[in-house]
Amino acid sequence: MSSLISLIQAAIVFGTVILFGSTGEILTEKSGNLNLGVPGIMYIGGIAGLATAFFYESHAAVPHGIVGLLLSLIVSFAAACVAGLIYSFLTITLRANQNVTGLTLSIFGSGVANLFGGSLNNMAGGVGQISVAVTSRAYRAYFPALAGLGPVGKIVFQYGFMVYLAIIVAIFITWFINRSRVGLNLRAVGESPATADAASINVTKYKYLATCLGAGISGLGGLYYTMDYIKGTWATDGTIEKLGWLAVALVIFASWKAVRGIWGAYLFGLLFWAYFYISGLTRASSELFKMLPYLVTIVVLIVVSLRKRRENQPPASLGLSYFREDR
Amino acid sequence: MTPLDAAAIEMKNITKTFGTTVANDKVCLDVRRGEILSLLGENGSGKTTLMNMLSGIYFPDDGEIFVDGEAVVIRSPADAYRLGIGMIHQHFKLVDVLTAAENVVLGMEGRGKLNRRAITARIQEICDRYGFVVDPAQKVYDMSVSQKQTLEIVKVLYRGADILILDEPTAVLTPQETEKLFSVIKNMRNDGKAVIIITHKLHEVMEVSDRVAVLRKGVYVGTVETKDTSPKELTEMMMGRAVTLNIDRPEPKNPRTRLEVRHLSVRSRENVLVLDDVNFEARTGEILGIAGISGCGQKELLEAIAGLQVTEKGSSILYYGDDGTPEELVGKKPLDISRMGVALSFVPEDRLGMGLVGSMDLADNMMLKTYRTSGRLFADRRPSARLAKKVVEELEVATPDISTPVRRLSGGNVQKILVGREISADPTVLMSAYAVRGLDINTSYTIYHLLNEQKEKGVAVIYVGEELDVLLELCDRILVLCSGKVNAIVDARTATREEVGFLMTYLQTEKKGGAET
Repeated sequence: MSSLISLIQAAIVFGTVILFGSTGEILTEKSGNLNLGVPGIMYIGGIAGLATAFFYESHAAVPHGIVGLLLSLIVSFAAACVAGLIYSFLTITLRANQNVTGLTLSIFGSGVANLFGGSLNNMAGGVGQISVAVTSRAYRAYFPALAGLGPVGKIVFQYGFMVYLAIIVAIFITWFINRSRVGLNLRAVGESPATADAASINVTKYKYLATCLGAGISGLGGLYYTMDYIKGTWATDGTIEKLGWLAVALVIFASWKAVRGIWGAYLFGLLFWAYFYISGLTRASSELFKMLPYLVTIVVLIVVSLRKRRENQPPASLGLSYFREDR
Repeated sequence: MTPLDAAAIEMKNITKTFGTTVANDKVCLDVRRGEILSLLGENGSGKTTLMNMLSGIYFPDDGEIFVDGEAVVIRSPADAYRLGIGMIHQHFKLVDVLTAAENVVLGMEGRGKLNRRAITARIQEICDRYGFVVDPAQKVYDMSVSQKQTLEIVKVLYRGADILILDEPTAVLTPQETEKLFSVIKNMRNDGKAVIIITHKLHEVMEVSDRVAVLRKGVYVGTVETKDTSPKELTEMMMGRAVTLNIDRPEPKNPRTRLEVRHLSVRSRENVLVLDDVNFEARTGEILGIAGISGCGQKELLEAIAGLQVTEKGSSILYYGDDGTPEELVGKKPLDISRMGVALSFVPEDRLGMGLVGSMDLADNMMLKTYRTSGRLFADRRPSARLAKKVVEELEVATPDISTPVRRLSGGNVQKILVGREISADPTVLMSAYAVRGLDINTSYTIYHLLNEQKEKGVAVIYVGEELDVLLELCDRILVLCSGKVNAIVDARTATREEVGFLMTYLQTEKKGGAET
């Protein structure tokens, strides 16, 4: 029983990282921009938040958790937006190839983050491991009263606030895309920019905004990973990158619907951690289990392409740049 | 109909160029409220370009636009809508995965949340007023072509447009749908709206419009009252006077039937008949011209013969070998067609898209056709290189050397390489589509000469062309396509320009008499 509860908890925590990543990417892709820089953006979001918390904690006389939290949250979001802005400028204004730009952004983001992460570890001195305990504790705070409500309390309430934020953002993005006027326009931009343009929608503006804000949301995944998942430290083991690609896979799995991404993310978490709770696995066979999320994504891709439902297809102009006077 | 003082739209000396091609040269045009104006012209005469400048897709290089007598600047589709100008494009601007209602309100300002009920009510109101039928909740991908077009018109009206531009609205419609569209358009005219219809179909012009403005090769020819004109006069305005080109035309030497096409029909992906019961034969030592407004089935016809098109049941294409035995080509793959010993050389319309690989050099492009026969495990590049050299020398291709990527060469040189390669395969049937499109005079004559050489060697040449004068002077017979049907096959030596031009635009329906279901 308790191992089942801890599996579910592990799955939800794991899922939250990729849920942020995929929700942001869904917003981006709805504008027709295929940003494969999600891993890099999550790296940048993570390191920006961590560095902010570190400098705040080392400069403030009495660091306060909530202040550290707010500062790191804002800076992390903004830094990830800037990463999205770089991508937008290259692909929308200069009309560079989206795949190449996205992949390059991934490499760039991981390089930058690990460079600064390493420096931070050096600056922290001591055992050579940075720690932002005060801020991290604020990220991980939950209501003990609610979490004490037996197994249900543990499964539902024993998490930091970002777990719930991820769900709220995913639901809001879904509502925004499907029910609001601006969301309708955004969908049109991603499906057929020429149509959107003829309907007097500012295609460039929509693409820029969706891509930058989408990157900001994706970046929160990296922030959650550093602040909550690994408790305010920095690890150069490349886990964020792995999670970033899973987030991209989740976009496909959820067939571009952010709400579907919520349970998809937790399912990925369950599949990913399942090996840990199955006894008698060797090292090699546990690695096989870790492949499950990718296998499931492939299966979903096959099923979706067989069923050919138009609602489950990617935005029609995904990956293409738009220029009005193209003949 | 009482003409108001100021025209709804007046365009003065509008000029637009794309690179070096002049799409519109000092065009003047005006349309009044409560009137239907036809904008008539051949394909490529700049009709759509001109209208795109009204709808804010293109921006004119020069000239002025007046709306209700006031000079305006239209920089974007939003500007056009603000002035009450709405355009229904030939390629519908609709988002497939959205519903009719969502498409209608796309890009409009309003409250953050979509109020579907209010939108539906307004759409219904517009439908009732002009007699449209639209289901606001239907997804666009579930709609037929005519439903999509109706939706486009409703969309424009919803935005308050009172000047409507329709770009070849009947191209995709059945006769019944066309009739319905015309009655709706007339309703809109009687409601005081100004309507411009872009078309190249003369009978529609005569049926629906009050006045006709004619463009020819980007130049404004004139505007006439429909009731004072005739299809014949309009054809002349559209086609212009004949030009003498002095292209050689040797007499065909003992022509024999090489290809016999019977009951050939092809459906497009939208399930429209693009070729409808086409019958003709191509003979050895003869150039058969194919004339028609572009998009009337020329591409599908050539592709069907080359084995690249799925044909309808009952279609038959017989190939007569040198011994006179017929072989059926329908149902065979392109490669099988050539393996049977049937040499079919095909110069596609889209030179770089289907004919050649832009990033590969001359020799490698030659090899595309021969790599199966040269060398076993490794391709032998030497014969291709020799062939490339020969083509470069004989056709005077301007290229630094044969290892230059084809993409870097000019259009004329690319065309020479393509034709050269096709001819080198010693074809018995040579098909070419728009072989001289975009070429200068000298290069064009080189191509004509090449085709004539093939003809004299006994090849059956099929030449799809767009210049009537060339067709009339180069070909022996001309097959005129109109909306996917063979309108007539005429003798190019005796036919007149007016006759062919008229056949291109005016379907001889009485001949078919009720064959249409």
